Amino acid sequence: MKVLVPVKRVLDYNLKVRVKPDGSGVDLSNLKMSINPFCEIAVEEAVRMKEGGGGHAAGAATEVIAVSIGPDQAQETIRNALAIGADRGILVKAEGEIEPLAVAKILKGVIEAEKPDLVILGKQAIDDDANQTGQMLAALLGWPQATFASKIVLQGAKATVTREVDGGLQTIDVELPAIITTDLRLNEPRYASLPNIMKAKKKPIDVKAPADFGVDTTPRLKVVNTAEPGKRAGGVKVKTAGELVGKLKEAGVI
Amino acid sequence: MAVLVVAEHDNASVKDATSKVVSAAKAMGGDVDVLVAGSNAGAAAAAAAKIEGVRKVLHADGATLAKQMAEALEALIVPLMANYDAVLFAASTTGKNAAPRVAAKLDVMQVSGVIGVEGADTFVRPIYAGNAIVTVKDEQPKKVLTVQPTAFKAAGEGASAAIETVAAPSGPFKAAFVSEEMAKSDRPELASAKRVVSGGRALGSSEEFNRVLEPLADKLGAAVGASRAAVDAGYAPNDYQVGQTGKVVAPELYVAVGISGAIQHLAGMKDSKVIVAINKDEEAPIFQIADYGLVADYKTAVPELMDELTKAGV
Repeated sequence: MKVLVPVKRVLDYNLKVRVKPDGSGVDLSNLKMSINPFCEIAVEEAVRMKEGGGGHAAGAATEVIAVSIGPDQAQETIRNALAIGADRGILVKAEGEIEPLAVAKILKGVIEAEKPDLVILGKQAIDDDANQTGQMLAALLGWPQATFASKIVLQGAKATVTREVDGGLQTIDVELPAIITTDLRLNEPRYASLPNIMKAKKKPIDVKAPADFGVDTTPRLKVVNTAEPGKRAGGVKVKTAGELVGKLKEAGVI
Repeated sequence: MAVLVVAEHDNASVKDATSKVVSAAKAMGGDVDVLVAGSNAGAAAAAAAKIEGVRKVLHADGATLAKQMAEALEALIVPLMANYDAVLFAASTTGKNAAPRVAAKLDVMQVSGVIGVEGADTFVRPIYAGNAIVTVKDEQPKKVLTVQPTAFKAAGEGASAAIETVAAPSGPFKAAFVSEEMAKSDRPELASAKRVVSGGRALGSSEEFNRVLEPLADKLGAAVGASRAAVDAGYAPNDYQVGQTGKVVAPELYVAVGISGAIQHLAGMKDSKVIVAINKDEEAPIFQIADYGLVADYKTAVPELMDELTKAGV
């Protein structure tokens, strides 16, 4: 079984987000960029399907391909996936903000060329928080989807996936080929070892362009303004539980 | 302009979120219809027809819609969009699951997690876990939005809109429901509760989490939430998680017990009307946004709070 894992390069999740004073966007200059955490979980799951582990038999996946759409530096993100254990990479070189719809269209092109049996993506990227790409891709391909996965069991021509939904957990069966998107608790990604990081440098990365798939990446939405969130003024410190209850009464919430 | 709102419901009743998304739709101007897609969902359709400002309710009923799975909702909604300029879903797991499929089929870029509507084509949404807020203009001929219900007031009740039946998609679909495990609780639902009591990693164990928070939640008639740290440590189940990657809540009263206040948690609760923080670390970031901060060990502070609430007649 061939597994394809799209990965996104985003601002490192440990870094503070700074909005540019002129409202034109978020300042990313000279800041550390990393693989989107949900994408990293997707890579880990695919690699476990190949190596065995996490409930998967070794060899369930025969090849894991990491794909990224972005600037030259997105190669680093692909190398990160290769260091976790993906076999090869595809970079679709594109500058600027590429919206989920365009990403899904490019991925559809990649998938038609590579013909994977399973595509695992992060449920959302921690920069635009859109939570769209996997679902859009599934619709464009006419494939079933299992989003927000916390457990995946492969069984022949189908996957049984437990999903984190409002109020609890839902388990569904999807016929392969299918799209799965990862939630946080699906697995805990490994730290790539130094030998694997070195090995990853030798793995092949194919470079393509959106035009190779006939996709126009012009954004559909216009960002008019980017602002800091409204600051919530800190309140007062109370000394005792009694004083707290008094304040809550005054505020009319109890 | 005509806007379709996809109802959040459990077949028997519509959730509060539906009425809030109707408010967002009304802010766009034009006619607002509500789609109730379910199985034996007549009661939910009747409830939706009562929401103030709804022109009519479309009711699609069938086995394929029993679990409101994304493939079936896509098949149902895409053809309906011939009659609408926009479709709005709640940013629930059901809405987030289905909306992008509809958008892709309409060849439209979706606007996710809308927290403000500034006219028919201008929307406000958070990015970077709420650390930045963008205003976007959507001039596409059809619009697909998911709406953060907590950002909008519920529309009133008392209308009696007509209910029109539409055919459910026939299927079969390549995804099939197997089972579900829903948390059972007599407490209000976290996402829509008026009061929330939330615990963090400081609670130290799942026994302690329940021992400390449940009586307080019962006393206040509150839902119980948790920080991601508490959930990851296994003190609380996944669906308790409040934050960027969990639930976004905006109750009248939010009581954070032993929560330090990581940005990702604050993103999920900072729109609460009154925030109370109880933490023994005076430097905890939660105090920067709390209306009332009590620097104290929860072990003594929570029992004292319970006593004082009793004294105050709560």
